[in-house]
Amino acid sequence: MHKTNGAERSLDVSLITRVEGEGSLHLLVQEGKVAEARLSIFEAPRYFEKLVEGRTPQEVIDIVARICGICPVAYQMTAVQAFEDCFGIEVAPETRALRRLMYCGEWIESHALHLYMLQTPDFLGYPSAVAMAQDHRDLVANGLRVKKMGNTIIECIGGRAIHPVSLCVGGFTHLPSRKELDALRRELDAVIPLATDTLRWTGNLTAPPFTRETLFVSLFHPHEYPMNEGRIVSSGSGSHTIDLAPGAWADAFHEIQLEGTNALHARTMSGETYAVGPPARIALCGDQLHPEAHAGLSETGLREEIARNPHWGIAARAAEILHALCEARDIAESYRPPAEKAVPWTPRAGIAAWTTEAPRGTLYHRYLLDEEGKPRHATIIPPTSQNQGAIEHDLVESASGLLHLSDEKLTAELERLVRSYDPCISCATHFLAVTVEDTPSAKNTAPAQEQ
Amino acid sequence: MTDLPAAAETNSLPKPAQPDLSPTENLAESSAHNLGEKNTGPSLAVAKFTSCDGCQLSLLNLEDHFLDLTRRFGIVEFPEASSLRHAGPYDILLIEGSISTPEQTELIQELRKKAKILVTIGACATTGGVQALRNWANHDEFRASIYPHPEFISDLATSTAIEDHVTVDFALPGCPIHPDQLLELLSAFRAGRRPQFTDEAVCAECKRRGTVCVIVAQGIPCLGPVTRAGCHAICPSYERGCYGCFGPKENANIDGFFTYLRETQGEAAIAQLFPAFTACATPFRDMLSVQNGRPVSVRVTSPNSNLPTTPIPPDSPNPNSPSQV
Repeated sequence: MHKTNGAERSLDVSLITRVEGEGSLHLLVQEGKVAEARLSIFEAPRYFEKLVEGRTPQEVIDIVARICGICPVAYQMTAVQAFEDCFGIEVAPETRALRRLMYCGEWIESHALHLYMLQTPDFLGYPSAVAMAQDHRDLVANGLRVKKMGNTIIECIGGRAIHPVSLCVGGFTHLPSRKELDALRRELDAVIPLATDTLRWTGNLTAPPFTRETLFVSLFHPHEYPMNEGRIVSSGSGSHTIDLAPGAWADAFHEIQLEGTNALHARTMSGETYAVGPPARIALCGDQLHPEAHAGLSETGLREEIARNPHWGIAARAAEILHALCEARDIAESYRPPAEKAVPWTPRAGIAAWTTEAPRGTLYHRYLLDEEGKPRHATIIPPTSQNQGAIEHDLVESASGLLHLSDEKLTAELERLVRSYDPCISCATHFLAVTVEDTPSAKNTAPAQEQ
Repeated sequence: MTDLPAAAETNSLPKPAQPDLSPTENLAESSAHNLGEKNTGPSLAVAKFTSCDGCQLSLLNLEDHFLDLTRRFGIVEFPEASSLRHAGPYDILLIEGSISTPEQTELIQELRKKAKILVTIGACATTGGVQALRNWANHDEFRASIYPHPEFISDLATSTAIEDHVTVDFALPGCPIHPDQLLELLSAFRAGRRPQFTDEAVCAECKRRGTVCVIVAQGIPCLGPVTRAGCHAICPSYERGCYGCFGPKENANIDGFFTYLRETQGEAAIAQLFPAFTACATPFRDMLSVQNGRPVSVRVTSPNSNLPTTPIPPDSPNPNSPSQV
């Protein structure tokens, strides 16, 4: 929609499409300069942090999955490890490997959805993957096949692709058979070449010429690409660099609430915005990619670009899909069942806090537990809440160079930038429409973000 | 409202209407606007209210059938997957999510007018979802404990099913829905027949699957005997009890089930049964109200009831929330 008010310019798009969940973007332009960008999340609150109070650990694991239908495993994985850390439980290495395999499934499914179905239409100039399929049927069909591979992994280990049921404190309620993993292995062998081609193909794409500097945050693990374990680290140098245990997220970050949005924003203690997700992981942990994914990414020549230009998130996701497929193949190949499905445990009062790498980035859970292990209080910080500040910052910078465009084109470009972050609005409200507004210059022109 | 034809008399499905599935004339143009390839099929739209996106993701998760579906239907509105928008009317409207904000109570009325056949997909749209657990709680306290500025947040004290607001033609249960049921629904619509769903408990699926009963063999509390089939009994086959995410089976004998559990497993077993994702569906609602020791404040209507003009009033008084404004 378009609205003109004298010399002012005002755009209003009610719903950003091809993202998960509902939200809008408001852009404030004063005297031809972009002063502020604000994402408004109108996805309704669901109060998960209250719903889990007084529930058993298993109920918490089942409930938090429902925060997001795209990445339920991330929520379950973070919760279960928070409980285990608090209860002093160490799971068997075989259980650890199986959980990593399950998480690989979710990275594949979630990234493939975004890459093939949501973001690629922007690069090739289509309104949807379905419209794109008329001219690029193989691309879409291959994408659906990669996505299905991710879902098949989750189904094998968790019973179903969305809201799986097998994860429990101490391990799993049920273990897959060798035969089932052999079948997975065969399917993975067939799908890996498709992902290899996709990663190479991203190297031939042309992204909008936008670059910026941002602070990246992710987990870092000395021996593996970060997923379930590691320390929380940041880019930068010197005393500003963050290096924390996975339960100590709150030592370096905090949440703030801004008016007009149902999602809380996260900032560093000094008020900086930062970015999490595939580009952050490539920037901070790229050397730990599986050799096949590492080689594939090097071949695209995009590794450095990923850190500078958010639109190249597509290459980061392509590299991570290949990584997750290769690692899943390796785990399936060497799998040996743990001695017991789940190690016995007894609840304990205390703080249960953990961080994992969800497909969209760092996900933090903190529960204050009573002696039965039931939360008295819960805090859940999804990746999109953390990326909101960085997205708004990028929108201000990007829009400043695009004000010559027509309303329609400017809106499309800004939506595209938001989409490049793969925001999950359902998660964060627990996100998005576009409004661009020009006002007289009466107020200050500094970004009005709360610090 | 829509002009749905009378119910077919030859089958026993719970939902009333035998839909006319031929594309309406005024939709000929909209089908050309299909997100996909050329088709002459009915127009399909997807709308979302309060939810996790998992059930509409199930449409994309029909990976092997998805491109074929785009030929057989004109998918004209699906904001999560396409930037092309269509204001309606639609032949088939799939609705995900529950009603939990004042805006949604108005939007659902508008959408109902635009939809020839309205289908709720998943536990949120069909029963209110996990977020309906707040119907037992103090909404102001919930808001204030999560948001430093609760006054910025505008939502209802309750989360309710779509059928509490408008007539629903078909309902798919499940948290999430099962892809097979979605495919059956769409295939049936395309073929002009009624979708076939079984009306049995999860127990029947365990038997067919050859899963040994977890209640009898392992003493694991399980809602399977009183829960609708459709998931293929995943939880018991993964060695845990059913948690009722497909909602209560029609005419489920909750009292008889509780008596059995109490006698064989003891009172503690009952406390472990918690159908969190379909908590506001009768009779789970009554069961939880007993466990929680207080009544539910929301007006929950019987299945198939038609309340198109009387949405739940915003912030209806909740006897358990004395501080409710």
